[in-house]
Parts: sequence; structure tokens; C-alpha cells
Amino acid sequence: MENKVFSKDEWLEGIKALQSEYKVFVPVKAGDFHKFVRLEEQTIPDLDYQNTRLSPKSLVYPESERMFEFSTDENDPDYNILKEAQKDFGPQAIIGLRPCDAHGFLIVKRNFDNPEYKDPWWVRRYEASTLVGLGCNEPCGTCFCSSVGGGPFDEEGLDVLLFDLEDQYLAKALTEKGSTLLAKLDGGSEASDKELSKAEEVKKAAQEKISSKVDTSKLADKDVLELFNAPFWEDLAFACINCGTCTFLCPTCWCFDIQDEVYQKIGDRIRNWDACMFPLFTLHGSGHNPRSEKFQRVRQRFMHKLKYYVDKYGNGVQCSGCGRCVQFCPVNIDIRHVIELMNSH
Amino acid sequence: MLEYVDKIRETARKLLDSGTVEVFIGYKKGSVPMMNEPVLIKDPDQADILWWDSNCALNLCNYLTKRKEKIGILATGCNSRNIVTHIIENQISREQLYIVGVPCKGMLDHRAIKRAVDNKEILEVSEDADTITVKGRDFEKTLEKKEFLQSNCAVCRHRNPVLYDELVADLVEEQEGVDPYKDVRAVESMDPDKKWAFFTRTIANCIRCYACRNACPLCYCPTCFVDESRPQWVGKSIDPTDTMTFHFLRAYHCAGRCTDCGACERVCPVGIPMRQFTKKLNKDAEELFSWEAGLALDQRPPLDVYRPDDYNDFIL
Repeated sequence: MENKVFSKDEWLEGIKALQSEYKVFVPVKAGDFHKFVRLEEQTIPDLDYQNTRLSPKSLVYPESERMFEFSTDENDPDYNILKEAQKDFGPQAIIGLRPCDAHGFLIVKRNFDNPEYKDPWWVRRYEASTLVGLGCNEPCGTCFCSSVGGGPFDEEGLDVLLFDLEDQYLAKALTEKGSTLLAKLDGGSEASDKELSKAEEVKKAAQEKISSKVDTSKLADKDVLELFNAPFWEDLAFACINCGTCTFLCPTCWCFDIQDEVYQKIGDRIRNWDACMFPLFTLHGSGHNPRSEKFQRVRQRFMHKLKYYVDKYGNGVQCSGCGRCVQFCPVNIDIRHVIELMNSH
Repeated sequence: MLEYVDKIRETARKLLDSGTVEVFIGYKKGSVPMMNEPVLIKDPDQADILWWDSNCALNLCNYLTKRKEKIGILATGCNSRNIVTHIIENQISREQLYIVGVPCKGMLDHRAIKRAVDNKEILEVSEDADTITVKGRDFEKTLEKKEFLQSNCAVCRHRNPVLYDELVADLVEEQEGVDPYKDVRAVESMDPDKKWAFFTRTIANCIRCYACRNACPLCYCPTCFVDESRPQWVGKSIDPTDTMTFHFLRAYHCAGRCTDCGACERVCPVGIPMRQFTKKLNKDAEELFSWEAGLALDQRPPLDVYRPDDYNDFIL
């Protein structure tokens, strides 16, 4: 696989040219934070950023998605027949996502693309995506990717990894998809040994800057009911306001709710992100709610990420260590603290 | 406000020790800069985890709803006004509460502070009476607190608690001559198309996480209208019409009850200034009914009582 070096201007020009073959998504500064948007004529990509406020999961798994449409008109020959709504599965390139968010996609993949279940839309969009990661020269104080199987320059789940070498990007192709994308870019030159060793230095320096670490080593061996019945959940949950900030910002939360919306005689079946923090999440048709109390919902979120997932897939925790929930939980419930409580219980 | 910490700990310890209260609600210092975590303690020995600084800007009244114990609670001006509202609306009884009043000089706008350092990551924060110093990997900056107050605090007219059993410090001077509704008047003067564009822009980033609703002590309905499914009042996708419906109806539910504590804006993960909606209703309540929420236990809010001299110009 090739390693190519582009000047930053060359790179930004190059990705514009990709628009003829891909829907290209790039981070832009929008007010106080960054978000991924479709690259268009007026878009100013900003790759000089720490991370986007929301993870790029919506590019594969939209917050609201029309699954099916139907007619409620009795005279319509297709009355009440669900027909798949039109969706776009054309090739897309996500440029500049962070390695933790690529790791997030891999975690979600275990749920949406496994031998038992395949989510047709998630799988098709994921397969149509080329993920061009940007290594983190300056990880945040809240990042703990390297404790949960990732790292600021982790390559897993990416098709290309970019190294920011001040005025250049070194682009390392990691998969066939990545090579294909790089081959479409004008300019660039084969990376020299000097540039490759500079990239290694940048990577090493970044790894040393990760100041936040967690220990998840004992979670797999814990007894699930002992953790479930641990005494700390109520205290831990006191501050929680049961909003969806943590789950909606999270790259690995995958739960959804399905709603039918009808306007006049036309209906849509829509899938929306859901959050285990919401009381409605587990409300039964009977009116009974098995998680009627706040602490039960808080417990569910952490047990799912840090125990049920661990036990079910045997592949680490359902967390990529991006630190968004740590930074933006409005009441400062810190998953690093919860991991410590659970791991040492 | 740091000087309050020792007094808060001492008071909580005393109240729990003497059995005056069974639990005490305050803040503990957060794990990331400019964030603190609401905490409930039961044991006098836990009093030392209590904390206070200029980032205690949630509304602790939110944690009182329908609790059964005898509770000690910290209350700034706005928080105390919400406690009054809670008592009037039968969400908690006055007899259950021992209110420790915290005269407040305003909370800090964490977004404005981050903006002042170009949104670079702040790793450490320290503050004294008038300034806050923020440090990151390659910067250190000292800012005047009064220039970085939350926008609700900058126009606050009730910094001192209106209801308390004791105070952690002397009352502070109230701000005179503030104009709380300048921005509302700017919106009022827009024509309908401009207004609609303004509202649409205001909520464009909303992800329907409901942090604003859930941080608000006024939102205690057992089932919120957005969660009601029989009948379903509002769609649950991020269709702009539904998102707008959520924000407007939430604001209307707060009419004549909102104390402009700013918790809704503080907690929003995408920075939506939803006080633009609630403030318009506060302004109406003030102009039409001479009413500010939560100032007295013996007055009913204007929208749950009829008075013969109520404003009625809208009746044709």
C-alpha cells in the first residue's frame, strides 16, 4: 500500500475533485463547534480541529431515516402496503474523521452486520463509505482511546490515515478502497523515508500526550448480576437529568425507535435514534415500564456498554474513548469514573 | 464565590449532624473544567465533597420534585425562585426544606470563555473574586468574570435568594438599570418572515436530546407532550416542524413560571439560545400581569388564577 505526501493546499483541492465520484463529507466550523457537512462549492473544510461535536455516525446511520412509505387511501391499489423509501447508497468519502470514530463504526458493525442480523441500510451505507482518517496530533484531555483498543493514530477501521506534518499531509493507504480514493487525487508524491519517519515521530508524540487512562481489564470476569445489583448506581444516577446528550453524541450508541407518521393519506415509517435515558425507551404497550426509575436507565447505559456488550461479543467495551460524553454531559457524569467503579467492584 | 465553599460544607455538616435535614443537595467539583456535578449527601462526613464556584449554573430545584425526605438545599436567586414555584405548584412542601441561600454574583458562560481562547481545549481553570484564569497546552489567559457572565446572569435582577432559612454570606448588591428584554424587542420588531427565519435558524442544530427540557425544574410532567403516544401530539423525527413545535410548546408551558435561570441554554450540547423563546413570555407576563415568577409564596401565577382586572384586550 502506498504512502503519499500532499501539500495541504493540494489536498484540499484534490478532495474537491472527488465530488464527481463520491459524496464527500468534511468537517467545517459551524459557530462554536465542528460538524461534518457535504462538501459543496462554498464549503470551507477545516481539518485543524480536535473533534466534531457529534460523531460522524449519522453519515452511515441518520438520526431520522425514512424506511418505508405507504398509502392509507383505501382506493389506492397499494393501500397499506409498505414500500421501501428511496435511499441514496452511492459512494461517499468521509474525510478527516478521527480514528476513535472509525473505531466507533467497527463497534456498531458488530451489532448491525453480523452472521445473525444484518441491517440492510447500515451495511450498504457503510460499505459505500471510504473512511479517510486524520490522526490526532493533539488529543483532548478527555480522550482515552488508547485504553479501549484504539489510539490517536489507530488504523483499524480506516481506509486511509492522514498524518498532519505541519504544511503537508502524509496519506497512508490502508485498504483497496483507500488506494482507489488516493489514486483519484491529483498531485502528491511518494513519501520519502524522511517524511515517513517524521510521521512516526508525530504519532509517538501524540500517543504520549494521552493523559486519560481507564482500566477495563476486569469487566469481562465480573458476575453480571453482582454488577447489576452493585450499590453505587443510585448515587451515580442522582445528577442525571435523563437527556439524550451522551447517547446522541456517542459514536457507538446504536439504539433506534420506529415511528409511523401519516399526513393526509400518505404515511412514512421512520427510524429515529433513541436513547436508553428516555422513559419511553422501554415503555411496554401494557403501560408497564421495566425501567421506570432514573437509576435503572443510567445503569442500563453503562451495563450495556461495559458489560453486556463485553460478554456478548468478547471484543472489548462498547466505547471508543472519544470523550464526547465526558465533555458534554450537562451534569458531569464521567464514564471514566463509572468504568473505574465497575472494574473495581 | 469560592469563599462560600467552607461555609457551605460547615452548614451541610451541621444540618446533617443535628438531624435538621436527612439529605443535602449541592454540587461537587467536576472532573472537567467549568463543569460541576449536582450531588446528594446523607452523611455529615461527606460534606467535604461539596463545592461552589462560578460554574454552579444548573438548577438544583430540578432535584427536589416529589422527594419525601427533609432536605437541605443550596439556592441562588433564580434557584430559590424555582423553589417558590415548586412549592406553589405542590411539587415539594416548604416544611420539608431547609434552604441555604447563596447570594450570587452571576455564573460564567463557558462557551464565551472557550470562544475567548479560540475554542482551544481548556485543561485547567482557576478563579478568584473578579477573574478567571484558563490554561491549555500552549496558552494561559486571565479574563474578567463580569465580562463573561451567562447572558441571563448579566441581566439578572434577583441575585439574592428570595426564600431562605440561612445564608452562606451577606446579601450582594442587586444590579440596577439592567434591560433584560433588549434582544426580545429586536425579535418583536421583525416582520413575520424575518421572525420565522430567525426561529428556524435558532433551532437549526437541535438534535432533540431534550437536555433543555430535562434541566428545567418546571418540566416535571409525568408524561411530557412530546413523549405522549396516545394521541401523539408531535412527530419524533428531526423534521424542522416537529422540532419547532417542541421548542415553542415547551416555552409556552413555562409562561409565567420561568425564572430565567439559564439552565436550558447552559446544558444544550449544540448551543441553542432557547431563552429567546422563554424570555418573550417572561416579558409578556411582566408587561401584562406585572408578574415575575417565584417571588412570593402567597401569590398565584397569573395563568392559573382569574382576576377581574386581568388584561383582556385580546378579546374581540
